[in-house]
Amino acid sequence: MHKPRLAVFKFASCDGCQLSLLSLEDELVALAARVDIAFFLEASSRVEPGPYDVALVEGSITTPDDVQRIRQVRRDSKFLITIGACATAGGIQALRNWADSEEFMRAVYAEPSYIATLDRSTAIAEHVPVDFELRGCPINKEQLLEVLVAFLAGRRPRTPVHSVCLECKRRGTVCIAVAQGAACLGPVTQAGCGAICPSYDRACYGCYGPSHQPNVDSLAAQYEATGVPREALVAGLRGSFNGYAREFRQASDRLASGGGAEESSS
Amino acid sequence: MTAAAKRPQRDGPTLWLARADLQTLVDVLWQEGYRVIGPTVAQAAIVYDEIRSVDDLPRGWTDEQSGGSYRLKRRDDEAYFGYVVGPHSWKQYLFPPRATVAVADRRADGWHMSGVERDEPAFAFLGARACELAALAVQDRTFLGDDYVDPIYRARRERAFIVAVNCTQAASTCFCTSMDTGPRCTGGFDLAMTELPDGFTLEVGSERGARIAAQLPNTAAAKDTLARADSARQQAVEQISKHLDTTDIRDLLLNNLEHERWNEVATRCLSCTNCTMVCPTCFCNSVKDVADLQGDHVERVREWDTCFNWDFSYMNGAVVRDQIRSRYRQWLTHKLASWIDQFDVSGCVGCGRCITWCPVGIDLTEEVAAIRETAP
Repeated sequence: MHKPRLAVFKFASCDGCQLSLLSLEDELVALAARVDIAFFLEASSRVEPGPYDVALVEGSITTPDDVQRIRQVRRDSKFLITIGACATAGGIQALRNWADSEEFMRAVYAEPSYIATLDRSTAIAEHVPVDFELRGCPINKEQLLEVLVAFLAGRRPRTPVHSVCLECKRRGTVCIAVAQGAACLGPVTQAGCGAICPSYDRACYGCYGPSHQPNVDSLAAQYEATGVPREALVAGLRGSFNGYAREFRQASDRLASGGGAEESSS
Repeated sequence: MTAAAKRPQRDGPTLWLARADLQTLVDVLWQEGYRVIGPTVAQAAIVYDEIRSVDDLPRGWTDEQSGGSYRLKRRDDEAYFGYVVGPHSWKQYLFPPRATVAVADRRADGWHMSGVERDEPAFAFLGARACELAALAVQDRTFLGDDYVDPIYRARRERAFIVAVNCTQAASTCFCTSMDTGPRCTGGFDLAMTELPDGFTLEVGSERGARIAAQLPNTAAAKDTLARADSARQQAVEQISKHLDTTDIRDLLLNNLEHERWNEVATRCLSCTNCTMVCPTCFCNSVKDVADLQGDHVERVREWDTCFNWDFSYMNGAVVRDQIRSRYRQWLTHKLASWIDQFDVSGCVGCGRCITWCPVGIDLTEEVAAIRETAP
């Protein structure tokens, strides 16, 4: 039987999501028996050319070269699955999207002319069709396993699109927004992490990006009414590693432009 | 008949348990094989967890609640049960958030499916309020009420020993008097206590309750003690400020499915699921099959789910309730209207949790009132 060929590609990212694949320690041997790991530079210098049955793509598109390379990856791959906040939303490096990247380059590099970069960091799906997006910063290894199991079984992965709140409730974590007045992003953030932060009395900061149909305006209006400064809300949404994800981006832009969250929600 | 005028269904003398003997009750329950669950302070709230000693109880603490806000506060006395209801309910013990209900293995001769052998624990719930007893009765109808009995719930429910505690105060979110579920505990308990500064009155509600009471150092409560307990309970009645007008509520809601208010509440509702998760009667769940990498071992897992999840209404390739508006409407009309058609009882017991624990403080009593005011 043909073993599906798996490839792992990296764009602008920290490598943490690829590492989740290596962190599947108990399942790695079984996984290697089911798929042929043909291209995975973080794990092996053995490099086999495409085509690949499934590609896991980490990282965002930030350079002109990235734009060309992702197109080649798409051509080489039957299924293209993006993994992590960089690949699905542009990542933390998308903070540049609200700033002047020329200015950053002048401040950081002695010879900015050597640097070829785009002025925005964008998700893979803005450049090529993507078959499935796995969220998270980093991704959750159980969810990654579910994606791979689903791929092997020829079905759609089952990863929830609901809020983090449900995960808090299932594990018995008390709502820190209600009981402690924390400006938690959990009610508008997609589940998947297991609600780790609130269980340590830490407000969710949105690692998994917007939940499906998030009502960010209403939550922001509530936090603002209870004394959270608007700048903090904007910074929280943009610094969520998913700040450039559509719903977080639009909400933070509305808040930053002075539009009342209440007005824009109606 | 007002709620305050109700009396326990079971006759028998009301007993008196001195404050110093509360630990004996906890000890006796453990000795009888119960895992005692009760209120304790954790995570900046009064939650339910294992109770070994009266020192685990929230002595001297209370809660201050309003829409979208809960704060733990110090009391100026040492009451053990001087709070209302918190973020947890007994639901999490009788209807666990996650349970493996079956497993399947692929062998040479095909698939083998089997149930899961479960040894369900016997809980003793210490501190159940009247609204919570009502919630248990509502969930009984769901899980035990017809041909489809839930075995996990049944085993746990039958074994559970219930020590109710009458409320002596109310939160701004409480409306049990509107739902006719409290604040007085009138049945559905094994023992029911009313806390006074020097001890507890103790009512026996079952044979099992009598067996436990017989092992406690108690006396018959004196007449003035009964009067003091009455006035302590009356305090709770008088503090209830929230009201839900339930007159013809089923028809009111079901005849106003296109009311403008549903659009308005949808601009505020986060569809975050908090209200349904803290609700002591919400029972929705979903079942999924989780396979291993080889595809040879599958576990069928049941988890708490909710009508506020976008894909909860997914069927035949589409989501039926594709807007927050339709999901909020589904929840409220089920809770207060079609629940009555389904189970002959309202799905709401007036505990107010959905109001307190809504991150944006949506109050279902206000939503119903708004629809009532402007219904055509």
